[in-house]
Amino acid sequence: MSDRKTLQTEMISAHPGPSPGQGVQRNFEVCKLIDTTTCIGCKACEVACVEWNDMPFSETVFDNTYQTMPETRWNYWNLIKFNEHVRDDGTVQWLMRKDQCMHCADPGCLRACPADGAIVKYTNGIVDFQQENCIGCEFCVSGCPFNIPRFNKTTKKVYKCTLCSDRVGNGLEPACIKACPTGCLKFGSKADMAFIAQERAAQLRDHFGFDKAGVYDPQSVGGTHVIYVLHDATQPELYGGLPREPRIPWSYTLWKSLAKPILGTFSLLGLVGVLLHYVTVGPRRPQPEDTPRKEN
Amino acid sequence: MGTAVSRFDQKARAAFDRIGTNDVRRDELLRHPVYTRFLHWSYALCFFLALFSGFGIYMPWLFRWFTPIFGGGPLSRAMHPWFGVAFCFFFGLQILNWVRDMRWTQADTRWVKNIRAVVSNSEKLEPPETGFFNGGQKVQFWEIVAGSIVFLITGIILWFGARTFGRTAVWVSYILHDISALIMLGGIFIHIYLSTIGEPGTFGSMIRGAVSEAWAWTFHPAWYREVTGRDPRQAYEEAARSRESSGR
Repeated sequence: MSDRKTLQTEMISAHPGPSPGQGVQRNFEVCKLIDTTTCIGCKACEVACVEWNDMPFSETVFDNTYQTMPETRWNYWNLIKFNEHVRDDGTVQWLMRKDQCMHCADPGCLRACPADGAIVKYTNGIVDFQQENCIGCEFCVSGCPFNIPRFNKTTKKVYKCTLCSDRVGNGLEPACIKACPTGCLKFGSKADMAFIAQERAAQLRDHFGFDKAGVYDPQSVGGTHVIYVLHDATQPELYGGLPREPRIPWSYTLWKSLAKPILGTFSLLGLVGVLLHYVTVGPRRPQPEDTPRKEN
Repeated sequence: MGTAVSRFDQKARAAFDRIGTNDVRRDELLRHPVYTRFLHWSYALCFFLALFSGFGIYMPWLFRWFTPIFGGGPLSRAMHPWFGVAFCFFFGLQILNWVRDMRWTQADTRWVKNIRAVVSNSEKLEPPETGFFNGGQKVQFWEIVAGSIVFLITGIILWFGARTFGRTAVWVSYILHDISALIMLGGIFIHIYLSTIGEPGTFGSMIRGAVSEAWAWTFHPAWYREVTGRDPRQAYEEAARSRESSGR
């Protein structure tokens, strides 16, 4: 991203009509590539994230692993998930996966969100929360297959990784990328990153004995703008519970876009029904009725 | 249990009768005492507050203009559950107040089977066995009871969200909450219609507490017999005769 571009919105949560400014300029789809096979778990990315986003370091617990805390938090968007995996042959493997928002092409959070403009997706693929429009309903939490949005009980808003949209919009790479000392984090266009990821996976398979090495870019959410190279792509669950096939609940797709308007109209039939009853059948009156007075 | 409930209702009715008044005039009967009316309008208010604050969350692209009424999206979201809790509280008291009158009987089954005649208004007088509430009113009452239970359970799940109850519980609750709301929304039109222009003379029972005797022997003959001790059909025929003789 050498040229500076304004971020253009592509999708807006709960927004009537098209997204303004869509298609005005061409934009790369950006992507963060995380090569779990070269991550050393140094947590420089965690610190960089906290620093750049100006969040205080929050107290944490020590649970005898190399993981900073059990889960990401509303003010801690980026966490290396650690798993000491015992392989079938008895040998031990340390799996480190950088856990953060995946910036899905089809974002479940955005589909679930009922607040106009609280979640936007830019044409470059970044999914961003706009807290000033957030109503704090937390539907995004149930819409997200990666368990990413975090609720702040004080502000009653949700927060998550922005893929440093403020940096990317100014032609800079995200803070975590800048901090990574091993080069396991890369940032560029989706096409380039997917190409590098495939090359690296092939290298792992052909030269390092990781037969099942592969790329994690789940198509069940239309692909993601954060992709992983895994030693064992057949078992993403090992990497701190990465879902094998992330899904958006159908209540946020089928029910929301189709059933809601149709059934909503049905309940309005109650209104239409009683009005029709009034003009056709007419009211039921206490008996005996007053007979209409004849005009003299 | 049953006696404790009726003792509670008795006390509440007596207390509310001291505060408010029943305006029962000549040829009228007391239908709803102050306590019943107070409960009714309390949960009616809560129902509409919950309905309107929920609209903006239900279908924002169509109903987002409702949210400013409640001070914007975040405040509608924050207040909606409290409106719902208040609704369930007042309606819960009404359940205790009405549960005896709402007990389902054979007469109600026959009333529901005869719904076509009611809708087409082909029978001017209700069947003589129709009591304080007819079958249709009981169906709606029990629908709201069931709906409120669904609202309460799914509402609490949605209130505290996926971080407390998990993703699946939230999206399942989300659908059930919607369906319950849609059924009640459809029902409220029928309820308002039948209590105002659809059956003239009914609205007064929730305002002054009174209905005319003619209203009572027409729509709730068994109840008329119970409170006056007179035969509803006979009373009707006498009234019809005196109408004719007075030339009206």
